[in-house]
Amino acid sequence: MRVSTTQHTPADAPAVRLDHAAFGYAGRPFTEGINLAVPQGEVIALLGPNGSGKSTLVRGLLGLNDQVGGTVTLFGTPLDHLTDRSRLGYVPQRHTLSASVRSTVREVISTGQLASRPWWRRASANDRATVTKAADTVGLADRLDADVATLSGGQQRRVLIARALASQPDMLIMDEPTAGVDAANQDVLATVLRRLARLGVTMLVVTHELAALRGIVDRIVEMDAGRVSFDGTPLQYAEHRAQVSRAADSGLAGADHSGARHHLAFDEHHHDDGPVESPGLLSGVGPMDGPVEGKDS
Amino acid sequence: MPEILSFDFMRNALLAALLVGAVAPLVGIFLVQRRLSLIGDGLGHVALAGVAVGILLDNQPIITALIAAVLAGVAVEVIRARGRASGDIALAVMFYGGIAAGVVIINRVDGSQSANLTSYLFGAITTTSRGDLMVFGVLSAVILVVTVTLRQRLFLAAGDEEYARASGLPVMALNITLSVLTAVTVVVSMRVVGLLLISALMIVPNAAAQQVARSFRAATVWAVLFGVLSAVGGVVTSFYADTAAGGTIVLLAIGIFLVIAAAMALVTAATAHRHRVAERHPHEHGPGCGHEAIPHDDHIDYLHGDHRHAPHGGHYDEHERVTR
Repeated sequence: MRVSTTQHTPADAPAVRLDHAAFGYAGRPFTEGINLAVPQGEVIALLGPNGSGKSTLVRGLLGLNDQVGGTVTLFGTPLDHLTDRSRLGYVPQRHTLSASVRSTVREVISTGQLASRPWWRRASANDRATVTKAADTVGLADRLDADVATLSGGQQRRVLIARALASQPDMLIMDEPTAGVDAANQDVLATVLRRLARLGVTMLVVTHELAALRGIVDRIVEMDAGRVSFDGTPLQYAEHRAQVSRAADSGLAGADHSGARHHLAFDEHHHDDGPVESPGLLSGVGPMDGPVEGKDS
Repeated sequence: MPEILSFDFMRNALLAALLVGAVAPLVGIFLVQRRLSLIGDGLGHVALAGVAVGILLDNQPIITALIAAVLAGVAVEVIRARGRASGDIALAVMFYGGIAAGVVIINRVDGSQSANLTSYLFGAITTTSRGDLMVFGVLSAVILVVTVTLRQRLFLAAGDEEYARASGLPVMALNITLSVLTAVTVVVSMRVVGLLLISALMIVPNAAAQQVARSFRAATVWAVLFGVLSAVGGVVTSFYADTAAGGTIVLLAIGIFLVIAAAMALVTAATAHRHRVAERHPHEHGPGCGHEAIPHDDHIDYLHGDHRHAPHGGHYDEHERVTR
């Protein structure tokens, strides 16, 4: 995918900057005082339990929720002045495509380009080539004429990623891309995300399954009760979880023991499935991994 | 010249049927997609109130019906957008209020044996005048141009509203556009099939088209084809069989749907032996997956050991073994 160069963005402007930002509905904030900067090209995993406000934050960036406070800038432009929404490529969580009528993979991916051209203009040869390329990026180039409703859940998820790519966005926002997807498709999805990360696409990935994104994520942001509760590298996050786990265990016996076991667990989970995975990048940590196992023993 | 074409009123009727048969399914496919198949009925109910006001004022009922249906169409979207639990009830009040007011007013003006009422409820295609035909022609052209131009946008707004909104499309405006298109279609169709049967002509040809088509574009074309076939065929049949045109058109549309559904079931059964699902394997075939890709008619097989796997929906089929 080509990262768009036609738009006027200061080269050093972060993709996203939140300063004491609050998002919510009808003037009522659900998340408050969020500070976050996403540099261009970075891949961020956004974690947090249900109701922690991560969806509210993401939907706020997408203009689906109201910004009720603070300042939010996307590529240096204030959120409420952002006219070109196609710079954000949205990959929804649910398979929200209506299955009530037939539609091909190409027809669905093509809709990703609609917002970037005036209503009277039809798709150009260039647009169609971009659609084909987007399908190729997610490994569905051979299914362009297939009926979307007949594809598997993981394949449909990749159609949604390709649809977001079709508008040639500067940043992808994905909601649970790997949830409820079988192992073979998770592998393909991980390959696709790794490919995009290598191309320098900025990504904000809401997820519960950090293990599936091993080696792709640069940074982890955890939210709880409408606030950011952790922000750091995957390695730091592993330590953070270990500390939380130790704190929880300190009332019980064997805090040190549990910590040691817990690191061992990481090593077992960690296996190279990507050629360019740097050895220091330890991101195979699902929120349900390590600490819980350590506590059980 | 066939007998049917020697009558002026039948020529008008056939032209009106042609127009309605083409535009009703064209709009209807988006209603099917939004699972709002019955909204046309509701707007038809309100259109009757408009007809009644037109008769009361001794005016053009088509104009007042158009105004009433369009206003109701906008109201439907506004009520839906507010997302209140009471929205459903608000729609019911509006729809049934419309048809009740229509019946009361028309009977008050025409007396209880009103032929006018029946002609609007069940259609009276043979009374289509040249003037009506002009109005229908203009309205049909508007529907055709708007639907074809906004086809992809309406498809996205109906198929994935949240994504459409996030990508910056004016979803509310698109939904209102669809609602107004539906209202206009209702008014164009009311003389042909009647206000109580309008939804059938918007929905049933699409139900048939969904059986045969594999893409949205093809489904649209098939639906228009089936719509024209049932509308024109219905008028011809009703002329020779001396039946009510509106009902005949809808029965013919349903007949086409049933025949096609049965034919597709037969085709599926007849080709079932050719469809063998491949063994499960924890690997997704695709370009560059490491398995040799072999073009096979309209798809690509992947060489898996000594046999070929062909993608079929979410799984793979066994296609013939390789002998070489």
